Amino acid sequence: MINKSNLIKQRIEKYLAEGKRFDGRTPEEFREVIIETGVSKHAEGSVRVKIGKTEVLVGVKMNVGEPYPDSPDSGNLMVTAELLPLSSPRFESGPPRFPSIELGRITDRGVRESKFIDLKKLCIKKGEKVWTVFIDIYSINDDGNLLDAAGIGAIVALKNAKIPKYDAKEEKVLFGELSEESVPLSKEIPLPVTIYKIGDNLIIDPTKEEEDVSDTRITVGSSEGVVFSMQKGNEKSLSIEEFNKVMDLVKKTEKERNLKIAKFLK
Amino acid sequence: MTTFKRPDGRKVDELREMKAKVGVVPNAEGSAMFSFGDTIAIAAVYGPKKMHPQHQQNPAKGTLRCTYNMISFSVSDRIRPGLSRRSTEISKITQWALEPVLRIDRFPNMVVDVHINIIQANASTRCAGINAATLALAHAGIEMNDLVSSVSIGKLDKQLVVDLNKKEEDFEDGEGATDIPITFTSTGDKITHIQLDGKITTEQLKEAVKLGKEACKKIYEVQKTALKNSLEEKNDK
Repeated sequence: MINKSNLIKQRIEKYLAEGKRFDGRTPEEFREVIIETGVSKHAEGSVRVKIGKTEVLVGVKMNVGEPYPDSPDSGNLMVTAELLPLSSPRFESGPPRFPSIELGRITDRGVRESKFIDLKKLCIKKGEKVWTVFIDIYSINDDGNLLDAAGIGAIVALKNAKIPKYDAKEEKVLFGELSEESVPLSKEIPLPVTIYKIGDNLIIDPTKEEEDVSDTRITVGSSEGVVFSMQKGNEKSLSIEEFNKVMDLVKKTEKERNLKIAKFLK
Repeated sequence: MTTFKRPDGRKVDELREMKAKVGVVPNAEGSAMFSFGDTIAIAAVYGPKKMHPQHQQNPAKGTLRCTYNMISFSVSDRIRPGLSRRSTEISKITQWALEPVLRIDRFPNMVVDVHINIIQANASTRCAGINAATLALAHAGIEMNDLVSSVSIGKLDKQLVVDLNKKEEDFEDGEGATDIPITFTSTGDKITHIQLDGKITTEQLKEAVKLGKEACKKIYEVQKTALKNSLEEKNDK
């Protein structure tokens, strides 16, 4: 039997060897990014991120709860992702499977490890009451690179979020009433970028077609040359030399890509 | 009729501003967005495709499978992601609302999936979902005898109103609020879905149904325009 995906893979590799891609981009070129903020009135912060035909919705919600015993004076962060069946024929309803769990966890680590949110400032009463920040990610259309779309979405949604009003006497959150106060964030913006390996080539921002034939990928959460989080995905390996190239590529593409996003970060 | 003041100043038979757009999810066979004011629903259709597992295949007719889901930040108080008892029921209701106009009998052993997600909620979400779903099915090119149009009719104290918002749903004065979501075939007058929560006389309920049909005529115009626009966009390309 002829394996169709193998044929596509061969063709994609052949193109990449000449520095070309099906959609006319160079291997190191990000697709056009469109970011729309405030897309849900009931979220503390919300954003729609479009990378080419890929689209995600990310919302920030906040609630007051108990801190974890090992961090009594810190707020909590919870990131979940749902790969909506609406967004691709491959996604099915039911309990979360690995891809959506991974998407949530990689995005979580990008935000958490970079200390982008100052969780200490989200403590209301040590050991008793702290803010929990929920970041919820929903795929609307999957045409590759949901990882970066979710990561960008999480950062921008946090940037736009306002903390709800809190009645300290009644110990109640007044949902729907937002204060003027933003979520305490660091100045450094830890945007993730995922590098994909196809044959001997490295690319960023794959379409679904490219993602399908890729051998392995590395998601790197970094800001100005400092790496906070990293995760390699899929079975195939990577040589040390290739790994070094990945690091160079992260640095090289960061600027151009961030420029595409900067206008939405204010 | 004229003395009653609605919380947002609308006339009793006035719908919120409606928006509809077809083709919002490129991956899907058909898709659409429909909104009543702040209530925004998107729907996507996948299929017809072979039904799996095989024992669920129906050789007599195809299966319409609807999933209604609210995203966690669509309301002020975060919803835990995933399906709830409420969304399971609305999913089924939506399927029943759509089936009478759908030629699902043309697809034996197949399944058509309709996924509805509520992006932002301010009451009448199931109606917005049904309105989006019928557009998505038409956009997917699945044979239909008609569209359906859905609206919620409310009774606030003694006054019937069209297209309830959240504030009105929580209305407590006098007899309180009665919520009647209702769906009609768009060009006919068949009821494909009706629910009721509250308290109303049979006489007034008949009036509510009539009011619903009138409102659905306006909704149908918005739906038709959205479908026409999508065709024109296609022709332009």
